Amino acid sequence: MLSDLFRSDTFRHGVHPPERKSYTESIKIRRMPFPDEIVLPLRQHAGRPAIPLVKRGDRVERADKVGEADGFISVPIHTSAAGTVRDVTLWPHPDGSMAESVVIEVDRWSPQVPRPRIVAQWEGLEPDQVVKEVQKAGVVGLGGAAFPTHVKLLPPKDMQVHTLIVNGAECEPYLTTDHRTMVEFSERVQFGIRIMMKALGVERTIIGVEKNKPDAIERLRATLPDDLDVTVLPLTVKYPQGAEKMLIDVVTGREVPSGKLPMNVGVVVQNVGSIACIAEIFDTGQPLIERVVTVTGPGVRRPSNLLVPVGAKLRDVLEFCDGLTDDASQIIFGGPMMGAATPDLETPLIKGTTGVVVLTEAEARPPTVHPCIHCGRCLESCPVFLNPALLGSLAQAGRFEEMEDSHLMDCMLCGSCSYVCPSHIPLSQMFALGKNMLRRQKTKEAAA
Amino acid sequence: MSGPAPGSDSSREEETLLRIAASPHVHSPHSTPRIMWTVTITLIPLVAAAVYWFGPSALLVIGAATAGAVITERIFGRRGALGDGSAAITGILLGLILPPGFPMWMAFVGGAFGIGFGKLIFGGLGQNVFNPALLGRAFLQAAFPIAITTWPAEQASRWALRGDNFALPLMSPNTADLVTAATPLGAWKFEGTGTEVLDLLIGRTGGSLGETSALLILALGVFLAVKKYLDWRIPASILLTVAAFSGLLFLIDGSRFPSPMFMLFSGGLMLGAVYMATDLVTSPVTPRGAWIFGIGIGLLVVLIRVWGGLPEGVMYAILLMNALVPFINRATQPRVFGHERKREEAAA
Repeated sequence: MLSDLFRSDTFRHGVHPPERKSYTESIKIRRMPFPDEIVLPLRQHAGRPAIPLVKRGDRVERADKVGEADGFISVPIHTSAAGTVRDVTLWPHPDGSMAESVVIEVDRWSPQVPRPRIVAQWEGLEPDQVVKEVQKAGVVGLGGAAFPTHVKLLPPKDMQVHTLIVNGAECEPYLTTDHRTMVEFSERVQFGIRIMMKALGVERTIIGVEKNKPDAIERLRATLPDDLDVTVLPLTVKYPQGAEKMLIDVVTGREVPSGKLPMNVGVVVQNVGSIACIAEIFDTGQPLIERVVTVTGPGVRRPSNLLVPVGAKLRDVLEFCDGLTDDASQIIFGGPMMGAATPDLETPLIKGTTGVVVLTEAEARPPTVHPCIHCGRCLESCPVFLNPALLGSLAQAGRFEEMEDSHLMDCMLCGSCSYVCPSHIPLSQMFALGKNMLRRQKTKEAAA
Repeated sequence: MSGPAPGSDSSREEETLLRIAASPHVHSPHSTPRIMWTVTITLIPLVAAAVYWFGPSALLVIGAATAGAVITERIFGRRGALGDGSAAITGILLGLILPPGFPMWMAFVGGAFGIGFGKLIFGGLGQNVFNPALLGRAFLQAAFPIAITTWPAEQASRWALRGDNFALPLMSPNTADLVTAATPLGAWKFEGTGTEVLDLLIGRTGGSLGETSALLILALGVFLAVKKYLDWRIPASILLTVAAFSGLLFLIDGSRFPSPMFMLFSGGLMLGAVYMATDLVTSPVTPRGAWIFGIGIGLLVVLIRVWGGLPEGVMYAILLMNALVPFINRATQPRVFGHERKREEAAA
């Protein structure tokens, strides 16, 4: 094919923030001990929050369900430790809001062994039964967006999915969560791929990994199955290479049409951590109650890759990493490009928490904002080819409808434009605001 | 929420105010002041070359224009606006496109006009349509047509002034005893004589202060382009267009039209292409727009030089294209990811 001649191993535009992965990229994953208290927000995924199943004083065993999925685009919540429900109440959420959460006082003396359970034999299952098992286990995308994984496993009848793309790009600076998962659990990733390929009925799987993780690429290649068409595709190191649409563009050479899903171009993308999690379900039957989290940055005394019980509080996690340095000044849930800064050490780590990055005074200082000089750097960084300079001036004038005409809704808030802006204009923050204003307006119109 | 756990090592929130900010939390090291000051620093060799060729007059004229620009920005501009370095660039650039014997008070007025009416009246840095330095010169050309076209010949002494730099404010310069000589473009246009290309390259000709050392300007332009502080597409497209268009004319009638080498390296083309047209604020933001902008300037330069009433057309060519930038930007928006291109739809 002619188009294959022009295939490259990256997308167009994008930025090159310093990678800073050396803090943790070669550190083995450690298991964090159970803290005294865990907090399980009922909203840890995209879609509707789970419905609480427990009340104050209830006794729960490890991996018991404490919240039930509310509909198809929702997942249940399981407790990551045995103990007693202390309260069901509003609690600080990593996104900065307050969310209804189940607070559990962890039983110090419990052996933390889950109840015995029946593990489904994946070979004998129909695709829709696999989907049900995945939903039951509360699996969501572990790359950060936390979209329920089972929804992506059930394409509508009119869409033909032919390729599974496993996302191991991990383009956010600092984070090494997926990296360590691929190095240490490559067999599990391959097992998860096998299950997913059967459930989706696809012939081909491509694992996309940025080239700055040569050991992960090597491990994955060493464990490739002989009987399936699975390949590892090394990708150019560039942000946001791990964005779903960018990854699909690189792997298949096709652009997902605006407002459409990857399925529209015959592709399903799953984060490598989610794949490993699916393998776990059909291996031990353990639902999503723990995950790998990178705790890193110059503000952490002992940067680590941890296996953290979902719901562990920031304070306990940081303490396990020997605490903060004296000049630590900002704590970020997720990576520094798209993550949210939190001021509250009581905030729990949830299913979608890819990492905790602690920046020091020198790095976190907000830069001075200057007027836009129309240098065009933002246009040359935008991976979806928007005009951030124009959108920014529209946002400042409050002209949100015009922002929509300039394709604001195609913006994925990757932050590349803000990163390159020499005047340090908070472009992506303005775009988040614009999107919210438009959404609110739509809701109002629908209600009227 | 509740206080820190007893004995906890990370219970530092009482001492440290954790910062909250919107993502991204890291920023590229480039900043607007850094870009502007780097450009300013690259102008120093040009000023030095002007002093070498034209003596102390160069410093007087450039200094006066810069003072006019900077003082105006300080008085009427945003607080702290001087720190971004853009007023200094405007002043120095204006000085570099004035004749060596220009009265200082006129240069000062030009700098003040460029900043005041070229930039501040639009709302300050980033809001202006026209390049402020060129607008300042256009004003001076309209206001003082004689003084700005008086090109003194080489003096006997390197230290002699090249004209009446110290003319009193509101007074015309005294040019009675001044020996003048035509610039290479003027000589070609009005006297039909050419100039050695080597002289053009190193700047051993008459002309405005900074317009004469084409080779030096080109080298500085390459440096800025490598640093990505200017869009290489703009000078490249301007110079290529001038070379191609004037080359075509030269082929048609070599006796009537000047050679492309002469066109490229004479007058203000090199300074205009590298330092004026590439002004970030007044040039297109899209890569395709940059090409269109540059080609437009190149065509206009040749048209004005060959058929216009003036020997030089770089200033008006850039100002005219400046006015078209909003339209160029709108017409050259790239296709948004995941959207069909209209032409492709038609083809499919």
